[in-house]
Parts: sequence; C-alpha cells; structure tokens
Amino acid sequence: MKAFTYHSASSVKEATKLASGSSAYLSGGMTMLPSMKMRLASYKDIINVKDIKNLQGIKVSGKTVKIGAATKHADVATSKDVQKAIPSLSSLAGRIGDAQVRNRGTIGGSIANNDPTACYPSACLALNAIIHTSGRTIEAEKFFKGMFETALKKGELITAIEFEIPEKSHYFKYPNPASRYAMVGVYVAKNKSGVQVAITGAQSSVYREKNLEKVLNTNFSPSALDGIEIDASQLNSDIHASAEYRASLILSSTKKAVEAAK
Amino acid sequence: MTSSMIGSKVERTEDKKFITGKGRYTADITLHGQTHAFFIRSPHARAKIKKVDISKAEKAPGVVTILTGQDIVNDKIGGLIAGWKIVSKDGTDMKLPAHPPLAHEQVNYVGDHVAVVIAETYEQAKNAGELVNVDYKVLKAVVDTAGAMNSEAIYEGIDKNLCFDWELGDKAKTDEAFAKADRVVQININNNRLVPNAMEPRASIGDYNSSTNDLTLYTTSQNPHLTRLVISAFNGVHPEHKFRVVAPDVGGGFGSKIYPYAEDVVIAWAAKKIERPVKWVCERTDSFLSDCHGRDHITHAELAVQNDGKVIGLRVDTIANLGGYGSLFATVTPTYLYAPLILGLYDIPVAYCNVKAVFTNTAPVDAYRGAGRPEATYLIERIMDQAAREMGIDRAEFRKKNFIRKFPHQQCLVHNIDSGDYDAHFDKALKLADYNGFAKRRAKSEAKGKLRGIGISTYIEACGIAPSSVVMSIGAGVGLWESAEVRFNATGNISVFTGSHSHGQGHATTFAQIVADKLGVPMDNIDLVHGDTDKGPFGMGTYGSRSLAVGGSAISKACDKIIEKGKKVAAHMLESTPEEVDFKEGEFIVRNSNKKKTIGEIAFACYLPGTYGEIKSPLPEGVEPGLKETAFYDPINFSFPAGSHICEVEVDKETGETKVVTYSCVDDFGNLINPMIVEGQVHGGLAQGIGQALYENTHYDESGQLLTASYMDYTMPRADNFPEFRIEYTCTPATSNPLGVKGCGEAGAIASPPCVMNAVIDAIGTDVSMPATAEKVWKAINNKTKSKKEAA
Repeated sequence: MKAFTYHSASSVKEATKLASGSSAYLSGGMTMLPSMKMRLASYKDIINVKDIKNLQGIKVSGKTVKIGAATKHADVATSKDVQKAIPSLSSLAGRIGDAQVRNRGTIGGSIANNDPTACYPSACLALNAIIHTSGRTIEAEKFFKGMFETALKKGELITAIEFEIPEKSHYFKYPNPASRYAMVGVYVAKNKSGVQVAITGAQSSVYREKNLEKVLNTNFSPSALDGIEIDASQLNSDIHASAEYRASLILSSTKKAVEAAK
Repeated sequence: MTSSMIGSKVERTEDKKFITGKGRYTADITLHGQTHAFFIRSPHARAKIKKVDISKAEKAPGVVTILTGQDIVNDKIGGLIAGWKIVSKDGTDMKLPAHPPLAHEQVNYVGDHVAVVIAETYEQAKNAGELVNVDYKVLKAVVDTAGAMNSEAIYEGIDKNLCFDWELGDKAKTDEAFAKADRVVQININNNRLVPNAMEPRASIGDYNSSTNDLTLYTTSQNPHLTRLVISAFNGVHPEHKFRVVAPDVGGGFGSKIYPYAEDVVIAWAAKKIERPVKWVCERTDSFLSDCHGRDHITHAELAVQNDGKVIGLRVDTIANLGGYGSLFATVTPTYLYAPLILGLYDIPVAYCNVKAVFTNTAPVDAYRGAGRPEATYLIERIMDQAAREMGIDRAEFRKKNFIRKFPHQQCLVHNIDSGDYDAHFDKALKLADYNGFAKRRAKSEAKGKLRGIGISTYIEACGIAPSSVVMSIGAGVGLWESAEVRFNATGNISVFTGSHSHGQGHATTFAQIVADKLGVPMDNIDLVHGDTDKGPFGMGTYGSRSLAVGGSAISKACDKIIEKGKKVAAHMLESTPEEVDFKEGEFIVRNSNKKKTIGEIAFACYLPGTYGEIKSPLPEGVEPGLKETAFYDPINFSFPAGSHICEVEVDKETGETKVVTYSCVDDFGNLINPMIVEGQVHGGLAQGIGQALYENTHYDESGQLLTASYMDYTMPRADNFPEFRIEYTCTPATSNPLGVKGCGEAGAIASPPCVMNAVIDAIGTDVSMPATAEKVWKAINNKTKSKKEAA
C-alpha cells in the first residue's frame, strides 16, 4: 500500500469539501483496501465517511426501505424491519462475503464500487431504488453505467439507498466457487409496476433481463419459464463459467427465485 | 496413568499458543536493524534477460542495496538442486537446467526470481522495485503438459523438454499378459495441478554477525537441517558449522516447505553481504506464483483382465510436468514415489510403468501431500472402477477378487508389504457406508431431482520414508533416517530433541505421549524441541508421513538407551545387578523385592555423581555422569498404511453442482498413538483430496500467465463443502518399526480423489476430468443427453 493522508469526516459537507481529484471515500474498505494493498489503486487522501451520523440507519415507511449508505451488511441482514418489509434484501445482505466482510462492508460502498459480481446492485435495479447522494437523487436505472462505473461525479457521496417495497421478491445467488461472489445472481421482484428481473455476475454490469420479465408478467410461476432460451452472446465467459453455462444458470436461478419469492 | 498414554486422545498441548495468537512464526520475528526485501519477479513465462537496470531504483528513498543475477554470478553462489538422480531407460542421467537463485540470462516461469531490493521498510523496497527496469526478450512459452515434448526446447541441450524417460517393471512380461488377456480396459486421466496453499506464506530472515562469522536463517521450513546442508554445500553461502537455521512455528507445509527456495538462499546471502538482518515475507499472490506446485500428470493406463475378474497386468504411460526447473524432490515424486504404488491393494502379477518428465514454463512442481501416491491411487482406482463397469461386475466384488491376502507380500514392482488385512477395512467400510442400502438412497435423491452416485476407493501408500540403503541405491542424495535425543534434566524433567519438524502435526503431544509411556514421566514434565539446527542433532525433517514411524522410533530407541543406563545406576544404588532390575511405569525395581528408585531419582543421581561425606557416588565404575541418550533410527522397510473409503455424491442436474453427502473411511494406520490427532490428519487430507476432485485447479493461460493466482479465482474448499466424515480404523501393526505405526498424514488426500470421482461418474454415467467443477459436470450431462438423443 502506498502512503496516503487519512481524514475522518463527521458530516457529508466536510467529506465533500475534503474530496479532490486524487481522493477516495473510505467506508467499509472491503474492496478498496485490498486494491490498495495490491497497488491496483492508490490515493493521496483517504476520507473516512463511516462515522458520519447521517449515513447511518434504516428507515421503513409504508412504501420504501431507506438505508443509510454507511450501514453494514450485517445490520441490514439482522434488521427486523428489513426482514419484515423486504425479506429478500436482508437475506441478500446476510450472504455477502463472510462474517468479517459483513461486519465491515457497507451498502453505499458496494453500490459505489459497482463490482459486476456484487449482489446489492441487482437489488437496486429490481426494487426501483433511488440513490440519494450529497447533491441529488439518482434512479437505479440510470446509476449503474458499466464495469465499476456509476453515474457518481468526482467527490459525490452516496448518502442513502431507498428501495421500493415489492409485493413479492427473492434473490437467488449462484456463487462463484472460489470468490463466492455471484457467478450469477438473480433478483426477482414483483412490484406494483410489474415484475423486474435483475441479473448480476453475468455481464460487465448489472442489467435487467426483459424477456424473462415479460413472461413472468403474464404468469409469475417457475413453469412459465420452461423452454425459454437465454441469449448467451452478451454474457461473460471466463475460467469459472462459459457464457452458455451462465445462460443456463440464469434460467435455473430465475426459476428458483420465482419459486421462493414471498 | 502411563500404560494408557499410547492410544489415548490427549488434547494437543501446542494448541493454546496457536489459538490465542501466541505462536511465533518467522514473520513475527523482528531483529534490531532489520531491513526488508522485495523480490522482482518475472512477469513473463519465458524470456531472455537483456538488461537489468537498477540505476533509478538504487536512488529511491530507503534503498540499502539491490542484488541481481549478476551478483549471484560474481559471488559464485550455487544454483538450487534436484536431490534425487533418475536414470532414463536408455541409461542416461536425467537432464536438468541450471537454477540460479536469481535468474541471470533467462526467466522460465511467471514469478521466477530476477532481483531483490533491500530497503529500510518493505514499502520502500516495493516502491523501489517498481523502478527496476528489466529489459526482456519475450519468447513463446511452453505451458501444456501433453504438448511439451512437441514444443520448442526451453533449454539448450534438453531435447523435447524431456528431463527423463524412465521405466519401472518388466515390459516384455507385461505385454505378454496383455496378449493373453480376455479383456483390456483403458482410461485416459489427468491429475490436476494444485497450489499447496499453506495457511502461513513462506518467509525468511537472514542475520549475520561479522565479528563471530555466525549466520542465522529463520525460515518457514519442514526440515531446517536439510536447508542448512543444501545452502552450505550446494549454494555455498556459508559453512555449515557457522550456519544456524531456525524453523520456528510453521503454519502448514503440505510438502511445499520441504525445499530451500531461491528466497532462502538469497536472504541468507544478502544478510551476510550487507551485514544487517534482512527480512522477507511472501505475499499470497507470490505464494501462488512461486511455491512449488503439486501433481500435474496426464496418464494413459491399461488393465489386462480375465473373464473371471482376475487382473493379470497393468500398463501405464504418464507424462509428469516438472515446471520450469527441477526442484529438490521433483524427480522422485513422479517416479519412485509414484510407479511402485500403481498396483494398489491388488495382487497384480506383472506391470510396467513409463514416466516421461517434462519441463514447461510454469512454476516448479514438487512433492505435495501424498507426493506420487495420490496420482498412483487415482490411476488404479479409476481403472478398477472402469473395468468393473465394463464387465458388469459389482465394483466392490471386483476389488475383493483381486486383493492381496498373504503377508509379507512381494509386489511385482518394488515393495515388500509387511502387513495388512485388506478385507478387514474394506468390509468394515462397506458396512459403515451401508453400501447395500445405496439403491434406496439413490431413489430418494432422484425423487428430489438429484443424481446420486456412490464411489469406492482403496489405497496403499509407502510411508515412513525411508530405509537409507534402499533410497540411496535408487538415486537419493541423502539417507532418510531420523535422529532423537532424550535429555533428562537434573530435576527429573525431560527435553526431547527431534529431527522431525511439526508444522501442524502435533508432535509436541504425540512424541511426549511416547516418552511418557516409555519412561513413566508425566507429559507435563516433557518438552519437545525441534526446528533449530543449533539445538537438536541433525535430522531429516517431516514429509512423507515419516515423523512418527521414523522420528518417533528414534525417540523410542533413545528411551530404551535411557532405561538401559538407568538400570545400571539403579542396580548400583540398590546393591543389585542390572539383570535383576526391572523398569516399569517410571520405577526401577529389584526383582522380588521392595527396593526401588524412581527414574527422577536416577536422573538426579546421574548428575550428582560425586561422594559427599558418607554418601557414596551412585554411579557404578565406568558409567559416565549425566542422563542423556541420542539415537538415530534407520527403518528396515517402508511402512504401508492402507484403507478403504466410500462416499456418496448428489449432483444437481440443472447446475451440475456436486455435493459430497456422505464420506466413510476405514484406515489401517497400524498402532495409533493419539487417535484425536490422527482424526485431524484424516480430516485435513480429505479436505485437500475432495478439493482436488471437485474444486482446486491451477490454470495457466497459453502465454503462461497464472489465472488462478488468488483466492478470487483458485477455489479452496471450505467447511460447507464437506459432510460430517465417518472415520473408523482397523489395525495391523507395522513390523518395520518398534512402535508398529504406519503413518497417517497423507492418507486422506490419497484416497479421496478417486473415491469422489468414482462417485461422480457413477452419478452422471459418463466420464469427467478433475476437478469436476459444476460447469464440467453440467456439460458432461448435456453431452450425454445429446449423444443419447442423436443415437435414438
């Protein structure tokens, strides 16, 4: 790890003021610190944001669950409110990484990083999330731009993620056997506006599988998906899974998610 | 108390320090004035080094020195060695490339050592490392095991990249058997390359005192004495008598820490050169790149079988990948540790095995848990299954038809097996696994939409490595005896010195149990000392499941000598004769009397031999004071653990994911000293073997880049990948050592890969290679369905 100057901000305002072209916000650090140790990333200034009070906490209203950006995965996983309102979201959080990661890593950090194999981005897409930042609000559809790329501007800080409470939903993760990130993760949500199927792990960034949504909008049952072909041409192919295998996993995982949705 | 020590589940005395974070590993050691080393490694699999420019890096903050291959040449530091000479079938010696500790002219795998930067801090060394400019001429890499012989020669003078073309067995007689066989069964199998992944990455610290000329190397080694010997005698870094090697707590080895590595040589040499301590701690990715890997065979095997199910011959062709250089035990692993074991537990009258070992531009391959025996067992157990399937015979029945039943048994290849009862552990395993009830369980799984399979494997291994006269006659550069010293202190407690090295095996407990049992002293009064060349006698270290059979036997022999001397002293003190004195449970007793002395009293007496007033010397004339005995034990034969393993898997048809749902094993390790530690060894071995079968794979791309260089991509098995293991034992004591023990450290890793793969193949009804990852199994199922449809 290369040397840097460490700052700890106590407010969003202070954090954004400290930010510069060569700084980074530190929340849980579960991706950033290993990247820095491997010298894949280095920064002049590191700004700790996880002690900012406004970034903490979970609020459930009638229609949405709003989670502060610095909320740890373990807190989302064990929140009674989240478990009641969107059980699929708490169970997703409970299966990220291992216990150590869940007790350090935060939802805001995960979303901002937009790892193509991370779990949370699929929840954002499936549950019509609104990303609240230091300066504005961004719809999830417009937030995830590409591999490790988001709509965030330099110095812009995520403050909270607000999820729509669906009628039914489930997240099924087929983990990469080595990293246990999603090799394919399918988030199925039956919202008021219709069914949404968000896929992570299969392309350069999280995306919605509209063909599956169409079928499930007519008939929300696993058998409705029998015989459907998933186009593999856009899917990732690597040493862990070929595009064809990922296509097959998308279908089987979607079926399992629909089956388990509640 | 004493008679129950052997065979009792004593809790590991060493665990407290490890689980409370108080172990002292090499990386925990910090010396005054210490500098830090960072190695510049080759980013290319194969390249000529045109120039190493250190001018910028030398000026970077904190840099003390930068050493390159040219400095190695200038200082005449010798290369790394392969310690076992193999002779090809045409009578020529194996061919080896030079292996300088820092590459001078050519790099031969990604991770090969090019230069070392030594600075005041590790970060400074690493920063400066980024400024070292190496000008490479990149050459086309040779990566593929099967294709290596048909690729461009990596080294001048080593045609076809062939280290040796070696054979074992009678080819003509084997061919005859095949000519008259009713049936010839064939298989093509791989044995996937594995990264050892010890929990503690390698580390070294060199420390030199110019005023005394003492050099000390702290290092993560399984055998510090051998490291000292090699670095002294072959690398020429420092004379052995002024060179101390310390292997403190070591966090796992699995073979990968047997050998002195380039880093050890360089760190020792550099510390001497700059006259300051130099510390190097491997990062995990460097460990993936540069620890010696394991396995990497491809094999074609044929089995000659009669219609009555009797196997009459075995013919094997193997290509073994040695990687970029010949590592210390690299040449013996795919030859003498492999080929003699291909016969398994079966009475096969003739066999022939040809092994071609090739160099490629990949990390060196050497012994890894089991070393040769897993490869042999995988071969014989896969082909036995295949034969039974082709002939329509039950797989258990087919094995039983061919078991060896008379002992000692001279096999047709090398080994003379002293003892065993194969039916005993096989039948017990069938029962433990409820083999006969499998159909019901299969039906239940099918009802859930899962494919269920059952797999059997049996194994034999040759442990307790090894009789020196035997191994040296077949090329070993050293004898493989072991040493021990049992030293009574005047106050009656004991320091035991062993040449073995514990890096997870629990020697402090097991060896203390032996001494407690032999000498009748409480375990609390026994301390085991190992891992420091300045403390104990020269020893050969720990690998090949040898520590208990060879090292434990040396301790047992040293205890016998203590008793023998004790009898003389006790007899003198009790006014009797040594022949009249019995030793039992810590007491020397004059037969048919109540006259006795405890061993503590004898020890005390031995250290206070003078006369004092009325008190006469307790020592008889001619007996030296002190109570300390050394023994070297050279086994008369290998020991031959054997066992039967049975597992069941469930395969998800949709995803191809395989889950091991039951695993039962019955092993014959001879006598058990501590069954709890043995169970731990079996667990660990099974985890690694199941890992090899289903998860672990070392993947180089065509250019020789290692794609699985971190845990993000290299699949380490985890606890949730395993069922509860059912573990039982049978016992036929070894006759080759006084303890009757056979060795247990590698058995799990040897038996489980074929056991799991046979179960997978049984479940899906078609062949698949290791590791049987979900995708491979999914593909195999789909291809089978496709070809069935096409056929219909």
